[in-house]
Amino acid sequence: MTDIARIRNFAIIAHIDHGKSTLADRLIQLCGGLTNREMKQQVLDSMDIERERGITIKAQTVRLKYTAKDGLEYTINLIDTPGHVDFSYEVSRSLAACEGSLLVVDASQGVEAQTLANVYLAIENNHEIIPVLNKIDLPAAEPERVKTQIEDVIGIDASDALEISAKTGMGMEAVLEAIVTKLPPPKTSEEPDPKVRALLVDSWYDAYLGVVALVRVRDGVIKKGQKLRMISTGAVHEVDRVGVLTPKGLVVDQLNPGEVGFITANIKAVADCKVGDTLTEDRRPTDEPLPGFQPSVPVVFCGLFPVDSSEFETLREALGRLALNDSSFHFEMETSAALGFGFRCGFLGLLHLEIIQERLSREFDLDLISTAPSVVYRIQLNNGNTIELHNPADYPDPTHIESIEEPWIKATIMVPDEFLGPVLTLCTERRGEQIELTYVGSRAMAVYRLPLNEVVFDFYDRLKSISRGYASFDYEIDSYKEGDLVKVSILINGDPVDALAMIVHRSQADFRGRAICGRLKDLIPRQLFKVALQAAIGGKVIARETIGALRKDVTAKCYGGDVSRKRKLLEKQKEGKKRMRQFGKVDIPQSAFLEALKMGDN
Amino acid sequence: MPDRPAPLGLYVHWPFCLSKCPYCDFNSHVRDRVDHAAWRNALLSELDHAAAQMQGDTGPRRLASIFFGGGTPSLMDPETVGAVIDRARALWPAEPDIEITLEANPTSAETGKFAGFAAAGVNRVSLGVQSLRPGALAFLGRQHDAGQALDAVRMAARTFPRHSFDLIYARPEQSLEDWRAELTEALDHVNGHLSIYQLTIEPGTAFHTDHRLGRFKTPDEEKAAAFFDVTQEILEAAGMPGYEVSNHAAPGQESRHNLIYWRYRDYVGIGPGAHGRVTIEGTKRAQRRFRLPEKWLDQVTQAGHGTEEDSPLGPQDRAAECLMMGLRLTEGVPLQRLEEEGGQSALPDPDRIERLVEEGYVSFADGTIACTTEGRLRLNSVIDFLLS
Ligand SMILES: Nc1nc2c(ncn2[C@@H]2O[C@H](COP(=O)(O)OP(=O)(O)O)[C@@H](O)[C@H]2O)c(=O)[nH]1
Ligand SMILES: C[S@@+](CC[C@H](N)C(=O)[O-])C[C@H]1O[C@@H](n2cnc3c(N)ncnc32)[C@H](O)[C@@H]1O
Ligand code: SF4
Ligand SMILES: [Mg+2]
Repeated sequence: MTDIARIRNFAIIAHIDHGKSTLADRLIQLCGGLTNREMKQQVLDSMDIERERGITIKAQTVRLKYTAKDGLEYTINLIDTPGHVDFSYEVSRSLAACEGSLLVVDASQGVEAQTLANVYLAIENNHEIIPVLNKIDLPAAEPERVKTQIEDVIGIDASDALEISAKTGMGMEAVLEAIVTKLPPPKTSEEPDPKVRALLVDSWYDAYLGVVALVRVRDGVIKKGQKLRMISTGAVHEVDRVGVLTPKGLVVDQLNPGEVGFITANIKAVADCKVGDTLTEDRRPTDEPLPGFQPSVPVVFCGLFPVDSSEFETLREALGRLALNDSSFHFEMETSAALGFGFRCGFLGLLHLEIIQERLSREFDLDLISTAPSVVYRIQLNNGNTIELHNPADYPDPTHIESIEEPWIKATIMVPDEFLGPVLTLCTERRGEQIELTYVGSRAMAVYRLPLNEVVFDFYDRLKSISRGYASFDYEIDSYKEGDLVKVSILINGDPVDALAMIVHRSQADFRGRAICGRLKDLIPRQLFKVALQAAIGGKVIARETIGALRKDVTAKCYGGDVSRKRKLLEKQKEGKKRMRQFGKVDIPQSAFLEALKMGDN
Repeated sequence: MPDRPAPLGLYVHWPFCLSKCPYCDFNSHVRDRVDHAAWRNALLSELDHAAAQMQGDTGPRRLASIFFGGGTPSLMDPETVGAVIDRARALWPAEPDIEITLEANPTSAETGKFAGFAAAGVNRVSLGVQSLRPGALAFLGRQHDAGQALDAVRMAARTFPRHSFDLIYARPEQSLEDWRAELTEALDHVNGHLSIYQLTIEPGTAFHTDHRLGRFKTPDEEKAAAFFDVTQEILEAAGMPGYEVSNHAAPGQESRHNLIYWRYRDYVGIGPGAHGRVTIEGTKRAQRRFRLPEKWLDQVTQAGHGTEEDSPLGPQDRAAECLMMGLRLTEGVPLQRLEEEGGQSALPDPDRIERLVEEGYVSFADGTIACTTEGRLRLNSVIDFLLS
């Protein structure tokens, strides 16, 4: 049994690409958790998507053994966190399982928005923070400037920040020593036989083991045969396996106070494991759950429909499989006149949405249409009820609406001076309210309150394009506020297209309505009959376009007696019709909706 | 017409040409030499086979037309043409006014044979003039100039009771004004019938590649429609209204052979790639011969016929084909014909007909559905709408 004084639990926090994964790999390599053969690049990002996009989606963990300069062997648990705002609750729970963090900053880039967001989460969790300047091998590295920046922007002492290169391995010793000497050992109850308390950090589905839960023991020990209770749900499970990750799974006898490891306990679904929950012993439960638990709530919704309607069942199965491993992903069936059968899905944020979409197409080879992302509106009805609206198509009769509230976020944007102007204009266009504007050297930091609905609508892409990729952006959910919001319906020959309905601020309605009508006009091929496109708020038309009837399509030559050829052409056309949807006798190719939904790049 | 027995047509395909035109996707091939005797025998065998297949089931049908198409049938030996005509007349009872058409290319090599064709029984020729403009003829890869083409037309006028010729419009760079002029000039040489085709870029042709690579541009939909309108207007004024999408005739001068196709009556097809629609014991059969000349010849030599496909058509398909063909004609399709082919259930949805009438695309009177000029311009979509 490891002496708790020789355990260190830490996280690495960094802006994307500042070197978190590379550093983790180095540490694993040095502390020998894997043989060289097993050591693939960036061990901890295990999904293809994670490796390709260079982001960590799921919390991962690894136990390292390090013999320090004092001659003693330490157990060091690295908990690698997602680090993205969509998963900030999960990040915060992972951080709650540690006593300190390595704050990794790219010495050639400096502090970025994500660095900030994560470091604040670490500070909230009372972390000891070790500043680490990475990529010191780069000629463009400016350690002194970046140290000043860390002190100015974050307000922590950076005078003895470590200077390392995760790539070359330079400074690794110093990192390990700092972990051992600067971070405190885990705290645990002083009582002789305390009641068990463990934090549920994460869970996932393993094809062989079933549902696996990652836990950090705070008090007491966890071992096989024990009956554990999950406090938030009251569910009780008997532990059948206890282990640690090296990062390979290694079964151990028990998990001691301060240790991080996994358990399996015949848990049916990942959704039964609520991240942040406290596990305790069923026969002697604690009455003091660990703080900070929140149930996960989807923030962004969209409809997902198979392009080929015969793939509906495959989609259902695929969503089920993904949900198995992702308790924050929600879905339920939805039908749309425009897109057929599909699912309304809830996500933690835009990245989460994008990742799920990508996994669906990649791992399940599904061709999907997704409707524009929408946030959750709170609608106060004049009968006194409040409803939460996840789908613009379900918007109630406006005469029954007393008021609508929408979620706002607090966004932090860091951007080089020269792009500040357009960034501020963008924030204003999107109804942003400035909270703070400060400069650090030649970089500006703008803090804004923004409606989330404006952010899910291509904000991030616009930000990237107007700053030529230099702006970094992070946010946290702020609060709900009343807004002058209206539903804009899109009608084709008088029939509303549910999939294109959107809820927007009144001031943007005309513009958005015109944009989508214009786009559809370009996308819908001319038909035998003319097609009227309208955008409307209730009965009031705010934009209209007409697609004239096609002029000529007759085949000039008749190929003597070759009628078969003509008939086959016609049959082929009919095949193509499968991907059409009918609106008032007019067939619209489904691809037009798909393109119209890609409003991002207009 | 209704009192006449149902007509039967015979199509004879001659797959050879002197050179391949860059726009053409017909079953046409260039060969150094052709064994005319072997081809004559093969055509006659296939003819015998076709007649034997229909034996006892020709019913009241009378041979109303023979059409030699291609390729370039004017490259055939007149003896071969004569032998096929004689054999066909021996196998089926013929209408007294049987129409016998031969497609001809307007080069001197072929005009020289006109008398021979006439002697063999041909009473109508259709000439591939294509254009009266030197630039256009060069672009179309034709082996003749406008002068030669018009000489051929004059020669045809002297030799045959009836003639027609083909023109291709909506060529790259062609102006509407020049097309007016060209068509008006052409009218001087017309004898009751003209085929006017919009240039179509067909997959597998040299033009397809050129077009895809942007080497030339064809007129857009609007412009093509304008060409079509001008064509209708000029020919109508000249007393030759369009009786089919691309065919114009003075009343009574319509191509009887093509009417058989468009009215969805029976026709036998012989020669490489020829199609046929033959009703045998109440079942309409779709027949097709091997396309490649050598393959076809081999098959006929071995088996007496070069049939690659011979399959019964279901009622839905028959009605669809009947509608597709019939709506090309100005006279339209009597619903009764659709019912004969496909039964009651194959009739188009009355709501859909009504919708097309409202839009001015079709007329519907006395049980006959017919396209207006506007409807005919959009025929593919109209048919599609009626059949879906
Ligand atoms: N030159 C240099 N490149 C580094 C260093 N550390 C990481 N990188 C590179 O920076 C990129 C991002 O690193 P990664 O570890 O994936 O960053 P993460 O997004 O924070 O996990 C990769 O191309 C790494 O090879 C370093 O110390 N020096
Ligand atoms: C069977 S083809 C050719 C007859 C003959 N070999 C000739 O070229 O004169 C009948 C007619 O179809 C027309 N045609 C062939 N290919 C065409 C195309 N791609 N576009 C428009 N018309 C075409 C031409 O007017 C041609 O004369
Ligand atoms: S257009 Fe006539 S001559 Fe030219 S290749 Fe086709 S069939 Fe032969
Ligand atoms: Mg990474």
